[in-house]
Amino acid sequence: MAAARTQPAGLTKWAVTLPPTVFLLAFFLLPALIVVAASFREPGEFGGLAPWPAHSLDAYRFLFGDVIYLEIFARSFLVAALTTTICIVLAYPLAWLIARSPARRRDLLVLLVILPFASNFLVRIYAWIMLLGPANLLYTPFAVIVGMVYVHLPFMILPLYTNLEKHDPALLEAAQDLGASAWTRFWRVTFPLSLPGIFSGSALVFIPVLGMFAVPELLGGTGDVLIGNLIKEQFLDNRDWPLGSALSIMLTALVLALAGITAWAARRGLHGTEAVS
Amino acid sequence: MALLELRNITRRFGSLKAVKDVSLAVEAGEFFTLLGPSGCGKTTILRMIAGFDAPDAGDILLDGKSIADVPPERRPLHTVFQSYALFPHMTVAGNVAFPLEMARLPDAEIRRRVGETLDLVHLGDKAAQYPHELSGGQKQRVALARGLVNKPRLLLLDEPLGALDAKLREEMQVDLIALQREVGITFVFVTHAQQEALALSHRIGVMKDGRIEQCDEPDKLYTQPANRFVADFIGKINLIAVEVKASSKVLLQLTAPGLGEIAATDPRPIAVGEHGWFALRPELVRVYGHLEAADLKNRFAGTVKELLYLGDVTLYKVDLANGFVVEALMTNAAPGRAKFHEVGDPVAVCWRHDAGLYLRN
Repeated sequence: MAAARTQPAGLTKWAVTLPPTVFLLAFFLLPALIVVAASFREPGEFGGLAPWPAHSLDAYRFLFGDVIYLEIFARSFLVAALTTTICIVLAYPLAWLIARSPARRRDLLVLLVILPFASNFLVRIYAWIMLLGPANLLYTPFAVIVGMVYVHLPFMILPLYTNLEKHDPALLEAAQDLGASAWTRFWRVTFPLSLPGIFSGSALVFIPVLGMFAVPELLGGTGDVLIGNLIKEQFLDNRDWPLGSALSIMLTALVLALAGITAWAARRGLHGTEAVS
Repeated sequence: MALLELRNITRRFGSLKAVKDVSLAVEAGEFFTLLGPSGCGKTTILRMIAGFDAPDAGDILLDGKSIADVPPERRPLHTVFQSYALFPHMTVAGNVAFPLEMARLPDAEIRRRVGETLDLVHLGDKAAQYPHELSGGQKQRVALARGLVNKPRLLLLDEPLGALDAKLREEMQVDLIALQREVGITFVFVTHAQQEALALSHRIGVMKDGRIEQCDEPDKLYTQPANRFVADFIGKINLIAVEVKASSKVLLQLTAPGLGEIAATDPRPIAVGEHGWFALRPELVRVYGHLEAADLKNRFAGTVKELLYLGDVTLYKVDLANGFVVEALMTNAAPGRAKFHEVGDPVAVCWRHDAGLYLRN
């Protein structure tokens, strides 16, 4: 009853939700549909799309006809998975430490985590060129991974910290009191309760890495082409918009499928952790 | 030999002495309670027994052996936390199985013991549920089951009933007594609720400012408080400042300046002229409609100033001479009559000469 009374009235609800809805329809859904449509069109002579009604499945035929695309997709997912894993391993202790710091120091540490965003992304990547160049590591897969991890680490730290900070310290005391060693306390209590944080962090890292083209372009070698580069190339260099669109759609479809599977697995495996997530 | 022994425990937090030179012994099978207002150091003592905190001085012995260097996870005792601290990502059965898994018991044994213990706390049908699906009372019983399942030498309970409403609290008190008798595990219980302590405990240590003021059985604490604090903290009591006028083995003659003579008894030799307190429980005071009916030695005329009708009993606050107020608790035992006096009624209060106590300053 009390909840019903605090619900906004019909008109207010519309007034508040209408602008973002319109925005998303106009600038997200519509472009996405245009991309879908573009993938079934033919490339124009000088880029862009051939005049309507020319259409074909050439883009998809081409995409599925050459094993190189499969390879690039596989490599991209591998890089994304590797980046996400490294980010988890690096971010976890950091997030844990921040969450365990005195309240006043916590804000400062969080600020330090997001401080790199204050400087331009490309400038920071160029800094890595200068660091990796003299070490003879530039234009290698290693450089790509380093760059990817560097760029995305804060997106793993922040959700993990938000999660860990909410853990009730009494749970760890209870576990210790009931006979659990430090190692067991971590694996039986802290880790399972932090899974929602790990999942949100992973989504925030994995998906952007898949589409990222600047890092492989600037730090990677000729063998380090990822989907992001491929799509960018189709639109800007090869002028093959239908193929670029088809690649984008493939990428979106795979990411959505992956997100769906993860959400399904999470709902089955994360029972009870909602309490702290 | 006592199961648990604290020897001259002191704990400081900065300049604050939270626990001051506390010694106590708890026997096997006992339901022992540390009772005191918040900040008296009772929870600090419990945390030191559990091992989450360490004394600055003194020693803690279990079965005669010091456990000062034993980490919490290896002490053969468990704690029931005030917040319950149930693992939210584990089912009820998972929570209760946890200490058994830590002890590396075989799976079949774990299943059997979890089942038994959940039945013991009447939660056999909730095994597959998660803590957030349970009511406060049910969570409380899961926490108890988790603490008991591994049959610890000692179960520490930190205000475990504090979060429950009054009715549930009373039910849990009854359950707790039965449970402790059934499992035979020694309980060390911490609470600030004096009625709860009286109802549950075999023995109570009453604490104030980091010290144990008195350690005794509930009825002894109630009828023979060692000092003014204990008398005042446990139950209701009338306290009147008095001076000793005469003292013998059978009679203690006191004077309350402004009120008059009070007759009491005290077997102790007490010096004439000493100042102290006369303490009198409200239920030992009788209120009569007129002075003639009050046939006892201690009798005073007054007026009913306030009354609190509580159904089974009525608490009368009676104004005596010179601003002295005496509280009297009368059972409403006469059929059909709710109360005997009204506000403003002239009355007489009286009590037997052995009803009250003399407390030294």
